[in-house]
Amino acid sequence: MPDVGAPELLAGVVLVALTFYVLFGGADFGGGVWDLLASGPRKAAQRALIADSIGPVWEANHVWLILVVVILFTCFPPAFARLSVTLHLPLTLMLVGIVARGSAFTFRSYDRQDDDVQRRWGLVFAVASVVTPVFLGICVGTIAMGHVPPAPSGTFVDAYVRPWLGAFQLGVGLLALALFAFLAAVYLTMEATDHALREDFRRRALVSGGVVFVASFGTLLLARTAAPLVWESLLRSAQAVPYQAVTAVAAITTLAALWLRRWRLARTAVALQVALIVAGWGLAQYPYLLPPTLTVRDAAAPAVTLRLVLVALAAGAVVLFPSLAYLFRIFKSTRTTAA
Amino acid sequence: MSDLFAARSQMAISLAFHIIFAIVGIGMPLLMVLAERRWLRTGDALYLELAKGWAKGTAIMFAVGAVSGTVLSFELGLLWPGFMELAGPIIGMPFSLEGFAFFVEAIFLGIYLYGWDRMPGPAHLVAGVLVALSGALSGIFVVIANAWMNTPTGFALVDGRPANIDPIAAMLNPAAVTQTLHMTLAAYASTGLAVAGIHAFFLRTKPGNAFHRRALGVALQLAIPAALLQPLSGDLSAKMLAKWQPAKLAAMEGHFETRASAPLVVGGWPDMERRETRWALEVPYALSFLAHGDPTAEVTGLDRIPRDQWPNVPVVHWSFQVMVGLGLCMALVALWALVTVLRRRDLAHDPRLLTALAAAAPMGFLATEAGWMVTEVGRQPWIIQGVLRTADAVTPMPGLVVPFTLFTVLYLLLAVAVTWLMYRQIIRSPEVQEWERRYAPALGAARA
Repeated sequence: MPDVGAPELLAGVVLVALTFYVLFGGADFGGGVWDLLASGPRKAAQRALIADSIGPVWEANHVWLILVVVILFTCFPPAFARLSVTLHLPLTLMLVGIVARGSAFTFRSYDRQDDDVQRRWGLVFAVASVVTPVFLGICVGTIAMGHVPPAPSGTFVDAYVRPWLGAFQLGVGLLALALFAFLAAVYLTMEATDHALREDFRRRALVSGGVVFVASFGTLLLARTAAPLVWESLLRSAQAVPYQAVTAVAAITTLAALWLRRWRLARTAVALQVALIVAGWGLAQYPYLLPPTLTVRDAAAPAVTLRLVLVALAAGAVVLFPSLAYLFRIFKSTRTTAA
Repeated sequence: MSDLFAARSQMAISLAFHIIFAIVGIGMPLLMVLAERRWLRTGDALYLELAKGWAKGTAIMFAVGAVSGTVLSFELGLLWPGFMELAGPIIGMPFSLEGFAFFVEAIFLGIYLYGWDRMPGPAHLVAGVLVALSGALSGIFVVIANAWMNTPTGFALVDGRPANIDPIAAMLNPAAVTQTLHMTLAAYASTGLAVAGIHAFFLRTKPGNAFHRRALGVALQLAIPAALLQPLSGDLSAKMLAKWQPAKLAAMEGHFETRASAPLVVGGWPDMERRETRWALEVPYALSFLAHGDPTAEVTGLDRIPRDQWPNVPVVHWSFQVMVGLGLCMALVALWALVTVLRRRDLAHDPRLLTALAAAAPMGFLATEAGWMVTEVGRQPWIIQGVLRTADAVTPMPGLVVPFTLFTVLYLLLAVAVTWLMYRQIIRSPEVQEWERRYAPALGAARA
């Protein structure tokens, strides 16, 4: 059992916040993917459902990412500084995507309802929703590979491009995209109020679930040579086998529940499956924040800062979770009872 | 363009863009809540119309503010990793608190915007109040962090590394109170006068429009007190600067030579060769009085500051002149409106006042931008006053002109889109004549 102190707790909070970002914010990006891929006779209805589901909640869901960044630079400043330097380019591109996605979504809601105006903003929203998760995944892949050095060295390409440009990082990027789309499709089967629309998203969920399976397996294979540390702990440590077994059960449950049209079970199972994948990556890296050199302990800010942030987080959680529960109760409960 | 200058320019563009959305995001929720409360009290449907219209404006501005704020939180590291590594543990605390305030704001704005027919009226109003409150708190927390960069406290430097860190003392830094007060009032005065000015513009030709009349009334409720208090808060800031950032104050005032009974230098051009501000209007004793409350007190000039630690004096001096000039104009217009109201005259039938209000509409935003130029350029060459130079904090990545150009283009496009959308929201205001409401209330209500 590792020694758990304030640094470990806060690293855990970062991981939990990131998992929430994926489960909620990630699904909003996934909605954008299905907006781009909307097709068939119910094309417009699909887009309307996606917009209705995202509208009230996407800004709140987005704040999880801010929380990750803020805790990272307050509690693990060297890690934040290194990430910002080496990952300058993919982070910048991700930011452009975040700005374009959020603005275009809002502009579409408040601009003229003509088809051409709506399509123009809709296209920006949808393309940005596809691009942003890929860059987020690329950043995660780069960290897992241990490609974030204490200081940049060599040519511009060596220092600022090569660390994040590779098959494994791109694989993680595509996996992130597939996961977000999968989450969104499963959630949308619950959001839909009419049968035909629900079936549309059931099909999409089953297909994207298959893509997630292939992408996870592919990235795992690539990890063997690209990210040996993560590979080792994901597959060969003592806890690995039960952990992977639980994840596999969650994945199979999701697909089976979708097949049997048990929508609520599918939603719970997919959230568990995705949370286990994200947490699995984080736990596999432990004790490293940035492998292979920077551990959680080494990166931690002085104890007084960590203590205060923990107090602030506890106080904040008391305000935050009831508020979030209220938000989701207002906008998600009517549909749930209908389903 | 050097990498340092590109990084500074990118930060400046990002802040200049975000700050408009940030202050509107602080001010607008208060306006929409004031309008909704009047609707609940009076039952006048036009106030509901007003609250809904302002909520739409808030939604557009908040969304762009949220994403441009995200960019800033990353840019702190992308552009200034050296700064964040040193400052993070000391001043990360207010950023964490801001994270929660922002969370609450985003949650209840979602509830407010989409929850009109999903919850009882009072609960909806409370959601709006929480948006207004957490919006103001978010701004206050971020400005506390900026105040710390101006007057860093709560740590000791041992061999260039921070020691004895006390994040609470850092939050309670000397500039925190004056700066947050000044910024919050700026947000209310700017937004309030901008909204008042827009509706005043329409009232010039249609003084009987009941919608614009109500809008002007609510907006002035916010704008008048804020614009009148702002010069007083500016005075507190000047006294704080005199004590803690004499170099910034000297640059603002174009004050080169340390002397007692210093005059206030208005306008003019700071001549860096001759070390004097030429062609300026001088008000005897005024600077000593404003800086220290004593007309004969000594005011530190730039001559006491090593030359390599001077900010860009002409930029700081002129930004300050612009800010103060605009702020005084706003206070005068607010006073004029207040007197008109107190004398029970009808604002909408005073064309000269309406013209003045319309002219004041953009002033708050311009003054806010100028004020940020003063505080940020005035701190240079330091990123943390007296502790870390901006040049030593910049990222080692070369080619920073590229991201600078990228964000400049992106923000220009967004600015055009937002301006167009807000224009569309504004011109769709309802046309309801006051007489229709007075003599045929049912007709007015039906139209609303």
